[in-house]
Amino acid sequence: MDITRRHLLVLLPAAAVAWKFVLAGTPGASPNYKLSEHWWSMLIDIPKCIGCGSCVRACAEENDVPDGYFRTWIERYHVADWKIERPEVESPNGGKQGFPPNEISDGKNFFVPKLCNHCADSPCTQVCPVGATFVTPDGVVLVDKTYCLGCRYCVQACPYGCRFINPKTNTAEKCSLCYHRITKGLTTACCEVCPTGARQLADLKNPKDPIHEFLKTHTVQVLKPHMATGAKVFYNGMDGSVR
Amino acid sequence: MQIPVEGFMYPNEVELQWSVLIVLYPFITGLVAGAFILASLERVFRVQAVKPTYRLALLTALSFLLVAPLPLQLHLGHPERSLEMYLTPHRSSAMAMFGFVYLWYLMAVLLLEIWLDYRRDIVLKAQSSTGLARLFYRALTLGSSNISQRSLQIDERLGYFITLVGIPSAFLLHGYVGFIFGSVKANPWWSSPLMPIVFIFSAMVSGIAAVMLLYMASTRLRARQIDIRCVDKIAQYLLYTFVIDFSLEMLDLLQRIYEADESFRSLDFMVHTRLWKSQVIIQILLGTLTPIALLGLTQVLKLTETARKRIYAIAGSLTVIGIFAMRWNVVIGGQLFSKSFLGYTTYKMGFATREGLLTAILLMILPFTILWVLVKLLPPWPDAGSLSASGATPAHGTS
Repeated sequence: MDITRRHLLVLLPAAAVAWKFVLAGTPGASPNYKLSEHWWSMLIDIPKCIGCGSCVRACAEENDVPDGYFRTWIERYHVADWKIERPEVESPNGGKQGFPPNEISDGKNFFVPKLCNHCADSPCTQVCPVGATFVTPDGVVLVDKTYCLGCRYCVQACPYGCRFINPKTNTAEKCSLCYHRITKGLTTACCEVCPTGARQLADLKNPKDPIHEFLKTHTVQVLKPHMATGAKVFYNGMDGSVR
Repeated sequence: MQIPVEGFMYPNEVELQWSVLIVLYPFITGLVAGAFILASLERVFRVQAVKPTYRLALLTALSFLLVAPLPLQLHLGHPERSLEMYLTPHRSSAMAMFGFVYLWYLMAVLLLEIWLDYRRDIVLKAQSSTGLARLFYRALTLGSSNISQRSLQIDERLGYFITLVGIPSAFLLHGYVGFIFGSVKANPWWSSPLMPIVFIFSAMVSGIAAVMLLYMASTRLRARQIDIRCVDKIAQYLLYTFVIDFSLEMLDLLQRIYEADESFRSLDFMVHTRLWKSQVIIQILLGTLTPIALLGLTQVLKLTETARKRIYAIAGSLTVIGIFAMRWNVVIGGQLFSKSFLGYTTYKMGFATREGLLTAILLMILPFTILWVLVKLLPPWPDAGSLSASGATPAHGTS
């Protein structure tokens, strides 16, 4: 087809718009993904976590998380005998490089991976003055960094310490449940690399998801249930000392 | 910069989110609300004794209110987006709605009341001055130069009505600041239904003390006689309000101690260590009990005028310091402990940084500068002859 000047005038702006998205690294559309058919959550199987830190490293790499800040991190708990209310907890550099050998032999030790709980009634979205943070129809709490004021009210409102201000963008940031991946049928970066399967992405609206069988047959909890946030990260085998 | 941490903090919690600028914000809005409520004593409750401070209180409230959004603006990661709070507010957000409360208070209450109260003076000034000043005052008349008796009566009635609306608005303004903190359920140091009420009363305390000090200082600077009846009355109101404020705070404290919920041990430790100086020594002992005792003395002992004035000056200054310490302990204290209740972080205040000490000091000087300008433009002194000393006669019926 011959390209006339008229065609060129139409094509050039279209190409410019397309190029903008190419440069921005915007992922391609997910034509088969239907928001209303999903309700995302995550299952953390505490007895399976070995504290290797692979999830923290993968998350940082996948999401360009600045050093010293964490979209996900691992805590090591040490609970001495009956002192369930006063556990000793550590998380050196968020457990990114794993943990040094444990020198305490009495009591029990275990690892607890943490991330945004993608609460259904999330306090962070409630307090955002401009609605820059919101719950998607498929149950993921996201932040629009092009709209966030950086007022930090959401950071204060999160009971789990999951949010931080990205020093590069000066906006609030947190786990996005790798939304750019899960909407394409992939799993999250942290689940992808977990060597023991301690972290599993789960779709509560998918009747075939193994989460349903797991929830039926195991005793699971969410963090700080008294906060009534509708947290959707479920923990199996969680000790009462975890907070 | 390595921030010293004791115990365990969630990794993202180590850095404090709200700095000294956010301490200034409730402190400043508190002074606004308190100053306005003092002004309304004269207007609504006809407490004639405090009349000498009426206009000064209004101008003080305006000066501080104009500065109130600045610390917030400086604190934002994207100040250029701040208008979005007005254009696309998120209705469930306490912070977003505060923007409208602020605007309501500024535009519908304070500016209107000051304009109505000063309208006669402004018209007279516009008639008697020349050059740029004339233009300025003419602009301030907003085209209304009718100062007939009937017109002034309407101003008076309208002003009274606005003050009536203004009292709950002032309560709303500062109660709302308390709500911004009190509604954060994730933070046990803040989360309390008493927070808005404590904020309202502490606002009244700080505003009344600040206007009393400003009145005494400005009268001395002008080499005039301090109206002792006036300061006696203000000090009396300060004492009453302070007692209510302190009782409320103690009620909150008792409730926390007795309940001793999961956060108590952690918060108790914080008060006994990191907040010991700022809360126990400065806020409670120096900033609350001492001024209450001093003001109480003036009520039970027959002291000379000079002694009373000195006591009022000391008690007023300690009060303002105490209320600032209270704001500090709320804002900074609420971020020093981990939401895991297992550790503590440290607040490192910069000096010449965007949210540093220097910025805070400049922001605290700014309202006084604005007040100085306002006082020059619109003298609030009862003995200033309402500008009619300039020789102009009221132009009855002109419009």
